[in-house]
Amino acid sequence: MRIELEKRAKPSMLLSILSPFLALGLTVIAGGIMFALLGKSPGMALYSFFVEPLLDVWSLHEIAIKATPLILIGAGLTVCYRSNNWNIGAEGQFIAGAIAGAIVPVLFHDWHSPLVLPLMLVFGMIGGALYAAIPAFLKAHMNTNEILTSLMLVYIAQLFLDWLVRGPWRSPDAYNFPVTRDFMPEAVLPEILASGRTNLGFVFALVAAAGLWFMMRYTLKGFEISVLGQSERAGRFAGFSSRRMIWFSMLVSGGLAGLAGVSEVSGVINKLQPIISPGYGFTAIIVAFLGRLNPLGVIAAGLVLALTYVGGEAVQLTLNISDKITRVFQGLLLFFVLSCDTLIQYRIRLVFSRIGRSSEGGAL
Amino acid sequence: MGMIEAILLTVITAATPLVIASLGELVTERSGVLNLGVEGMMVMGAAIAFAMTQVTGSPYLGLLAGIGGGALFSLLFGFLTLTLVANQVATGLALTILGLGISGQIGEPYVGVSGIKLPQIVVPVLSDIPFFGPVLFRQDLVFYLSITLVAGVSWFLFRSRTGLKMRAIGDNHASAHALGIHVIRTRYLAVMFGGACAGLAGAQLSLVYTPQWVENMSAGRGWIALALVVFASWRPWRVLAGGYLFGAVSISQLHAQAFGVGIPSQFLSALPYAATIVVLILISHNRRVTLINTPASLGKPFVPDR
Repeated sequence: MRIELEKRAKPSMLLSILSPFLALGLTVIAGGIMFALLGKSPGMALYSFFVEPLLDVWSLHEIAIKATPLILIGAGLTVCYRSNNWNIGAEGQFIAGAIAGAIVPVLFHDWHSPLVLPLMLVFGMIGGALYAAIPAFLKAHMNTNEILTSLMLVYIAQLFLDWLVRGPWRSPDAYNFPVTRDFMPEAVLPEILASGRTNLGFVFALVAAAGLWFMMRYTLKGFEISVLGQSERAGRFAGFSSRRMIWFSMLVSGGLAGLAGVSEVSGVINKLQPIISPGYGFTAIIVAFLGRLNPLGVIAAGLVLALTYVGGEAVQLTLNISDKITRVFQGLLLFFVLSCDTLIQYRIRLVFSRIGRSSEGGAL
Repeated sequence: MGMIEAILLTVITAATPLVIASLGELVTERSGVLNLGVEGMMVMGAAIAFAMTQVTGSPYLGLLAGIGGGALFSLLFGFLTLTLVANQVATGLALTILGLGISGQIGEPYVGVSGIKLPQIVVPVLSDIPFFGPVLFRQDLVFYLSITLVAGVSWFLFRSRTGLKMRAIGDNHASAHALGIHVIRTRYLAVMFGGACAGLAGAQLSLVYTPQWVENMSAGRGWIALALVVFASWRPWRVLAGGYLFGAVSISQLHAQAFGVGIPSQFLSALPYAATIVVLILISHNRRVTLINTPASLGKPFVPDR
């Protein structure tokens, strides 16, 4: 039996809407099988992974909190990936943003002013954007592969943060724990709902995603992004510069990742510590693809991936399954998303004999 | 044993997994496929090899399981990118994310368990040569394999007919297909070879380098291996040289700490990653040279026309 692809005359609209849902469905099925292999009842495990967190106000807030960095980063990554710039170092830019944003509350701890928070947010964005400027510069002017450089910078950012919180920025009254001082109240992102912990960062995420969506859909810049992404040559004829696009896409995604980083340490952790992210920068890559590289889709996808974090913690508590299961789910989800996307461009045929190419099997 | 021999031994241990993993990726890329999942396949190899060694008590079976596990895992990538022509960059990332997740699951029961080290194989006569003997001929199987693999891959790519076909596919898959070469089949094999090598490299980590299971223990080596392929401009012997260079950089931090150099350990640990960036810049800033060396079909999807 062989699988053959046949190009569709034009991409299927129906499947381009259906494919993320198909991928989700397949992930749930694969997840059920996986839980069964671990010796748990699949029904119960899936229920407490995917459904239970949605029934409880506290977990809904947790989902919003975890979706915040995923949406912010994921929305920025859509600009990168649509324009064919493979920034996979958002995790590093997230950390850089968190560090830059923390300069004010850590070094000027006694400054109680309403200016603190806006300054932190701006610093965070600048920090993330500057860190993304390194691979941008190297790609645009030194012809260096951005995938590898942006990823290497993640490790460097993690180690730098580790050094900061164990060394110069360690809190004098933390009994040698590697943490900075707790941020003063003026440096903490306010909560937006009376019912729980969701903070202003979630609003930033929604606004950023909506703004990028508008840009992609209604502005010349958005057109430039997709033209250069699909064909650099065609873009050149239209007078677009791929070098400028490298800078633009990397700075936008880096800035948003930095904003995500500072929002996380300001709104959720309230200090710096050696590890400030459970891999949001990498999970956001999945978010971008599950959202079909559309910033509005990213909002929905960010919420789904946030659910996998909360669900992972839930099954760890209720069924005693390691929360590493979350990463497995996330990886599987990306696989299914990528395979289902094939259906948009191609028909898949199963061919059962070598000679009878015309005797087709099930076509989808 | 003298100081220099001791240092050389640690360099070899650190370099071997880099050499093996990038050699595998080199073959994959020569066939025109960019698999960014090396890190994921490597960490899977490490977990599977460690688990198998614990279950059977034989590190050799563990080694085999690591190789097989890496190859099987890479098939997932192959199916998506070759059969379903999914985006290679994204699929490679997916493989890494999934590999980190599954390996965490596999390794979970073994956290904190002390492992079984792959035994030394002492080559008679040669191991008695002063200086070189203890360094080169009292090694484990993986080291000998790594050298053999470099020579073997070099021969295969540049001296064998199949190797020539593989390079033709990597440089122009449409022409190769028109000549009747099986593009997809060859690429599947190349991807699996890459997976097997990454698995073996991972097994070396959990059976030789640090005989234990630690989550995420490949710690970016898979990515460094990818950079090494670029550094080596897709030539096997240069992979060997590059691997040893990086091995030396990555263990220099340990020795620097031992000598009490007054640099914070985090900065020393960042050295291999920074060195990777610097090397990539030096290698690729000349656009023309890069263009000549890179397999021309690298990363491009191929759907045979009928």
